[in-house]
Amino acid sequence: MPLNSKIPKGPLESKWKDYKATCKLVNPANKRQLEIIIIGTGLAGASAAASLGELGYKVKTFCFQDSPRRAHSIAAQGGINAAKNYQNDGDSTYRLFYDTVKGGDYRAREGNVYRLAEVSANIIDQCVAQGVPFAREYGGLLSNRSFGGTQVQRTFYAAGQTGQQLLIGAYQALERQVSLGNVTQYSRHEMLEIVMVDGKARGVIVRNLVTGELERHFGHAVLLCSGGYGNVFYLSTNAMGSNVTAAWKAHKKGAFFGNPCFTQIHPTCIPVSGDHQSKLTLMSESLRNDGRIWVPKKQNDNRKANEIPEEERDYYLERRYPAFGNLVPRDVASRAAKERCDAGYGVGASKQAVYLDYASAIQRYGKIEANKKGMSNASAAEITAMGKDVVKEKYGNLFEMYEKITGENPYEIPMRIYPAVHYTMGGLWVDYELQTTIPGLYALGEANFSDHGANRLGASALMQGLADGYFVIPYTLGNYLADDIRTKSIPTDHPAFVAAEKEVQDRINRMMNIKGTESVESFHKRLGKIMWDKCGMARNEKGLKEAIVEIQALRKEFWSNVRIPGDINEFNPELDKANRVADFIELGELMCKDALNRNESCGGHFREEYQTEDGEAMRQDDLFTYVAAWEYKGESQFELHKEDLNYEIVHPTARSYK
Amino acid sequence: MSWKNYFNTSIGKKLQMALTGIFLILFLIVHCYINAQIFMDDRGEAFMAAAHFMGTNVIIRTIEIGLFAFLILHILQGLALWIKNRSRRTSRYHVQAGSATSPWYRRSMGLLGTLILLFLIIHISKFWAPNRAAQTFGEGELDLYVMMRDEFQNLWVVILYVFGCVALAWHLIHGFYSAFQTLGLTTNKYKSIIKGIGIAFSIIVPLIFALMPIAFYLEWIS
Amino acid sequence: MEHYTMNLTLKVWKQKNHKAQGHFETYQVKDISSEMSFLEMFDVLNEQLIAEGKEPIAFDHDCREGICGACSMHINGRAHGPWHHTTTCQLHMREYKNGDTIVVEPWRANAFPVIKDLVVDRQSFDRIIQAGGYISVNTGNAVDANALPIDKHSADESFASAACIGCGACVAACPNASAMLFVSAKVSHLALLPQGEPERQTRALNMVQQMDKEGFGGCTNIGACEAECPKGISLENIARLNREYIGAVMAGGSQNAV
Repeated sequence: MPLNSKIPKGPLESKWKDYKATCKLVNPANKRQLEIIIIGTGLAGASAAASLGELGYKVKTFCFQDSPRRAHSIAAQGGINAAKNYQNDGDSTYRLFYDTVKGGDYRAREGNVYRLAEVSANIIDQCVAQGVPFAREYGGLLSNRSFGGTQVQRTFYAAGQTGQQLLIGAYQALERQVSLGNVTQYSRHEMLEIVMVDGKARGVIVRNLVTGELERHFGHAVLLCSGGYGNVFYLSTNAMGSNVTAAWKAHKKGAFFGNPCFTQIHPTCIPVSGDHQSKLTLMSESLRNDGRIWVPKKQNDNRKANEIPEEERDYYLERRYPAFGNLVPRDVASRAAKERCDAGYGVGASKQAVYLDYASAIQRYGKIEANKKGMSNASAAEITAMGKDVVKEKYGNLFEMYEKITGENPYEIPMRIYPAVHYTMGGLWVDYELQTTIPGLYALGEANFSDHGANRLGASALMQGLADGYFVIPYTLGNYLADDIRTKSIPTDHPAFVAAEKEVQDRINRMMNIKGTESVESFHKRLGKIMWDKCGMARNEKGLKEAIVEIQALRKEFWSNVRIPGDINEFNPELDKANRVADFIELGELMCKDALNRNESCGGHFREEYQTEDGEAMRQDDLFTYVAAWEYKGESQFELHKEDLNYEIVHPTARSYK
Repeated sequence: MSWKNYFNTSIGKKLQMALTGIFLILFLIVHCYINAQIFMDDRGEAFMAAAHFMGTNVIIRTIEIGLFAFLILHILQGLALWIKNRSRRTSRYHVQAGSATSPWYRRSMGLLGTLILLFLIIHISKFWAPNRAAQTFGEGELDLYVMMRDEFQNLWVVILYVFGCVALAWHLIHGFYSAFQTLGLTTNKYKSIIKGIGIAFSIIVPLIFALMPIAFYLEWIS
Repeated sequence: MEHYTMNLTLKVWKQKNHKAQGHFETYQVKDISSEMSFLEMFDVLNEQLIAEGKEPIAFDHDCREGICGACSMHINGRAHGPWHHTTTCQLHMREYKNGDTIVVEPWRANAFPVIKDLVVDRQSFDRIIQAGGYISVNTGNAVDANALPIDKHSADESFASAACIGCGACVAACPNASAMLFVSAKVSHLALLPQGEPERQTRALNMVQQMDKEGFGGCTNIGACEAECPKGISLENIARLNREYIGAVMAGGSQNAV
């Protein structure tokens, strides 16, 4: 099947305008007859549900959490980008587009990215109108901060809780539509199958997680807004419940999976403290603005951080990348930390950590304060105290969080950090209209592969989720549904629904009847270890091949030895988890195959065979300037389809931060 | 939406408590001021003059009806809220936070109020009721000063009155501030002022009341 | 920070579903690291129970970084445990020492029926938001974000109220099981912004009415909610809600005028 990305013809800046001007519309009376199913209620899902509800469609939303407000979009800290150019610093739609394409290491679609940059400004307007309390200046206007990978200040933020505030905004808009009767909301429901009728997505089978009952729901179209799959690594900054199940079921029903191996590893997370670790906590990227990253110059140095003299410290980012220093992009910083730890220079009990040190920032700020106050002979203690106050004002909440988790005072002892899985650029392949290869099935937000290429810039995930939900899908979905106005609601006793439900029921029964000896959690941990070791920050052919074999073996073991306590028809979190882990295992295999296929290093994907002499990533533009879209062909069988990426405007060059 | 509905929501009911409470606080000021006349040590002359005015002035007597209406509303609504709020958690915690999250008296307004109510019944039956009965059906106003002096020769009555004043003080420490909070007046700007005045009021007024039986008992006044 | 391990006795509320009678079960856990989070200690216990062929304890949790508001344990009498401004997931085991007994209960309020063990149903909060916790602006209706300056003080105050994570600790901690802190945080968040102005009166009236309908208790200004709120939402919000309510009454605002 040839992949048609449906990018509109014409110059870049008029593609979306032309599309909107010419796409088909559905009249209000017909909208009332059209039913839409939305899976997931994070930024993408909630904004889509609200917008479509406002248009008059009959919408049903489903989320596995107890309320839409808990979706993991809520955990985003830093901010949301928008090409508003409020700072008069030369920002524009084009620049945001360019930064995003470059940041993604030239593996994203120009048309999509340009549209994203175009609607970014509308997002901020919409959110402010909804009452999102963004940070403001004393003059009452919106404040901006800078973020990695850009030279302008275009990031809007609400303290360290931007994701929360944006999600609450979208959630409120969604609840409004619920109260108006346009949206029906189902919490604690998990989608377990797509129902296909005549080759089109026409509904879903969901499991009521409270009663365990399976339910059938019809929709003229189905929107998957179910987030990313970082939890395939077991340890990630994702929420415990974040999963790939909805996307994976769609994949097995025919939706192609795009660039599954593109994973973002965030460099500043609190390191693993032991085997008990259940998840990792991110510390905002902004900490690298003032902190200095170092390891001891001596291998296996067991001295405490403060006992290591200055000359025996290796500020390896400043050494390797003098131009950008501690502010290199996420993928570069992460790999450099791993390189040091692997070489035996890691710190802390696990030796899998590096120091993020605020001592010199405290001194620097302290001296500035002393100057400001005209204290020409301030004592060292006074300078330190004043410096700490400044740091506290800027990063206090992050330091507090660090102290809660580790019990260490980061004002006195350097923080220990290590990279952790954070975001997945890959996802369901979608065309310009966000439609997957299954007609009527759409993927929005992190669940699709579309806009970030091989690496996402900070503060762009929130932007994409809301762009898709508020401003893209209301148009593109109408274009599809306009041809569907004669389709009556299909009753859920249709054979396709019966068969889909039976498939789900059989699978659950099979799983529950294994009655093995090993817990779901244990399988998840083992999968995570394989993925992290062999398909993590650095990958190689040998490791990936081993990983594929190991994952296949793990899958067999899972299906013969998993132990799920409790019953089917009750609230049973272990069963929920088993459903998810089973899918993660299958996805893990595909990720390894994709990583093995991509014989180059780009963005978050680093193949050790493809690096320059000094260890930098090396792209193979002539061979791999394409989206790898995988088709499911049966157990462990995936067929590769390529969507060539044509760069008409931006010309790929090697990224250098030296 | 009618007035009845406005006052029937949980906030509406709290407003009833706050408004009646503030009226009762105002009453306490007047009551305290008049009774404090006994400390003039003029054998009750000033006090009796004030008591006579309060007992016979038409306007005051009219307000008195309102006072009782508000008092009864405060009591009934308070008890109703106490019962209703308790019913909102049928399955109770096995370990309670206790004073770790809030001082005891804020959680004990119903109990303190009930103690005050019991005290009030005794108090009214000792002074107000006989006086009004005498005014209406008998020989006219009684000498309340003499009645007080006689009553407070009994140690148990004194203890009862002091106890009643202590309950009142705790009730007021929360009630005073709470009334203003319910009226929405405790903004950051005024919060500490209201709190301060509330605490001062809650200590001073009950203390003056408590000193009356003590003063009679210990014969500080003749 | 010295790390240590500890053995603990846990008394945990078990309840099959909302209709069933609940009871306490006692469990022993061994070799708990002081570096674990409280929920990771529960993970250890659950793995142990599964290995023994018993049913694990159900509890709500998701982000485990203190922002989603899913976790909801009442620990030794305290909503979210003893740490100030901290959710259950951020509570760490260095709070405890070897030999401690910890009693864990679900949020208890009639408006939060128990689904299973420590998991409760908080959909009443969603319904309160549905009653008016929003600004009616359809997608595409917005003017430029900087068209309407908002003074920084109001914006910051609004943000402080909007920081509520909807976990329900305020209800759990309140002796009256009142939801006033939650409702007032939302009303304040929107009332402090000019965008929230047009619906100010109906919002306050409708949300309060819905709150009552859900079966939460009334506020008696006890303040336990503020003490236990992991996000430090202050009682000032409740004063503001009262003010908003009175304002709406005075202006003769009508309910359900959507």
